[in-house]
Amino acid sequence: MNILSAKNIVKRYASHTALNDVTVEIPRQSIFGLLGPNGAGKTSLIRIINQITGPDSGEVLFEGERLTQKHVEQIGYLPEERGLYKKMGVGEQALYLAQLKGMKKSEAKVKLKEWFEKFEIDAWWNKKVEELSKGMQQKVQFIVTVLHEPKLLILDEPFSGFDPINANLIKNEILDLKKKGSTILFSTHNMGSVEELCDNIALINKSRKVLDGSVKEIRKQYKTNVFELEFTGNMMGFTNAMWTGAELLEHNTDGEHNKAKIKLLGKTTGNDLLQAIIPVAQIQSFHEMVPSMNDIFIKVVGDENAMGTQSNFTE
Amino acid sequence: MSKISLIIKREYLSRVKKKSFLIMTIIGPILFAGIFIVPIWLTTQKPDKQTYEVIDESHLLINLIPEKEGIIHFDYPPITLKQAQEGLYDTKYDGILWIPPQLMEQPAIKIFFKDKIGLTTTEYISTTISGMLYNIMMIQNKVDVNLIKDAQQKSQFTLITEKIKENGKSEKTNVGVNFAIGLVASILIYFFIFFYGVQVMRGVMEEKTSRIVEVILSSVKPFQLMMGKIIGIALVGLTQFLLWIILTGTITTVLSATVLKGVDMKQIQHKEEIIKKGENLDYKNMKQIEQNDLFEGLDAIKSINFTEILLCFLFYFLGAYLLYASMFAAVGSAVDSEADTQQFMMPITIPLILGMVVSTFVMSNPDSSIGFWFSIIPFTSPIVMMARLPNGGVPAWELALSMSLLVITFILMTWLAGRIYRTGILMYGKKVTWRELGKWLFYRG
Repeated sequence: MNILSAKNIVKRYASHTALNDVTVEIPRQSIFGLLGPNGAGKTSLIRIINQITGPDSGEVLFEGERLTQKHVEQIGYLPEERGLYKKMGVGEQALYLAQLKGMKKSEAKVKLKEWFEKFEIDAWWNKKVEELSKGMQQKVQFIVTVLHEPKLLILDEPFSGFDPINANLIKNEILDLKKKGSTILFSTHNMGSVEELCDNIALINKSRKVLDGSVKEIRKQYKTNVFELEFTGNMMGFTNAMWTGAELLEHNTDGEHNKAKIKLLGKTTGNDLLQAIIPVAQIQSFHEMVPSMNDIFIKVVGDENAMGTQSNFTE
Repeated sequence: MSKISLIIKREYLSRVKKKSFLIMTIIGPILFAGIFIVPIWLTTQKPDKQTYEVIDESHLLINLIPEKEGIIHFDYPPITLKQAQEGLYDTKYDGILWIPPQLMEQPAIKIFFKDKIGLTTTEYISTTISGMLYNIMMIQNKVDVNLIKDAQQKSQFTLITEKIKENGKSEKTNVGVNFAIGLVASILIYFFIFFYGVQVMRGVMEEKTSRIVEVILSSVKPFQLMMGKIIGIALVGLTQFLLWIILTGTITTVLSATVLKGVDMKQIQHKEEIIKKGENLDYKNMKQIEQNDLFEGLDAIKSINFTEILLCFLFYFLGAYLLYASMFAAVGSAVDSEADTQQFMMPITIPLILGMVVSTFVMSNPDSSIGFWFSIIPFTSPIVMMARLPNGGVPAWELALSMSLLVITFILMTWLAGRIYRTGILMYGKKVTWRELGKWLFYRG
């Protein structure tokens, strides 16, 4: 069963539609990437899942039940634009936010101490937030988000503002939480981290969902049958050896060493190509060029936008 | 603990624990006590002794102008005005009082002074001499001055105001005391709304600009957050007022027992009266009138229904705050910085100021129809009704109508403000207009 299904969500504001019939299914104990350009409607969807706003139509199910206020205790949310009360003590504030998520004060205190030690910020318990560096504030915010051990964790651009060391720390915590049974909804523009972390994604553009599925499947689906071949030998011989089943897209050479991008046409396989090349060249490497999530993002969003007004429901 | 009480607790404690709260709590009563004590203390301070040389070219007032022991003295040196003017700085005199030869035909008197002259001195001189000229004219016209003095004394009377109740019994009232109670109540409500309303607005803006609001809204409903803040700050205000009342009481008692020790209040009033009225009234008569006043005042205070006024005050005090606080919260949610609040503050401040203006008018005209309408309309009713109540004569139905309208408007306003709030609080970087606010009312939550 999916931990969360958002079905046919529509959200309109006076002058534009933020979400237009968006359906998202998030499988339990997975990391789900919510992708899309700025202003596509990601934050609107996240706010609806957090019950900060409500949809105009459509419904959200949490573990098969209609989402209600009682579910807020099972959701943890780290917004993209995040802050804390500047004048309030760090520990006091973390306790307050934990209690708002339904935790008992005593329980929250014990758990907070553990997390503060783990993140090496226990010395800052009594300090005011304004005395903390931005990185430390981010750590506090992360702790507060995960403290009540939510079943669903919603992280909007969780790595922004972290230095590489702390970003890595957070990444490992996210993977650890998944291992322990949490589901993570993860919104980001960082496609590298999507490939690294996400099991599934949904891509939203101009308030509609334009692509979803498992990361592996999607990358497979967007393969263009292009291979990269590195070899030494005679370029003339190489080109002669190519036949109608393949097309040379790009070729670089420093005289001795060659690199070529080849698109296979029709039913030609990599093996067919290699058989033709082996007699004339010394092959050093041969691999298929699987598109990165970044390429897919740019292609899908770019194509959508090129279609222009047809897909433009925003105005 | 329910979530709203968690919010109330945080709003309350975070403010009460602030240093500024402690400072305000201490400074407030000192200021209040100062307002009561300083004027009394000032009247006990004798002004510096002034001595004037009188050059009386009319020869009418020589050695006759009454002096005031330790305050103002007159000398009558046999010199000309010119000599006096030239030699003023070689003498101990503070100035010259020059009386021209044709005083009775062209009444004009000149004072030449060294470095400064006070209002007390000029008033004393003009009223005293005016009294003397009056007497001189009476004598010149062969009028018996004693007859007039007698008539003046006998025509003094005491004005007693008594209110006849429905059962035919009457009770004394004191317009002055009622006025004071009404004024204090109105000012307190006005002040409380502004001071703590602005705190609500700042609190909302703090949450918005620090961006913690989105985290909190993932745990509680916007309305809970708004109401928690409004109630929490109301409790801060009530705490502060309670502390102020206790401290002001203590300080006033301590100060009156020490600083003002031995100051006879009646003595002070009497002195002022004498200065104001010149020597026309004699002392014995004054005292009689004062005592009457005092007794009447006590009587009248007894006639005021304090329980009713206090209960009404609490009701209007909280009702007014709750009504306005939700509007302040809505304004705070709609803007990104304090500078942008101006355009939305106008409709909040205007009814409040109008209420204050009308309430001072109502105190002198308790039965006016303006007073009636403004004490019914919810946005001004708390301030204006509190000005009307101590005077009595507000029918129960008016009070009931005014109170229920206030409650209904408060609920309606909080609901409207809540709708603006929940949209505004998540809206950044947008210059908000009135039209925009109107649209927010119709968004689905």
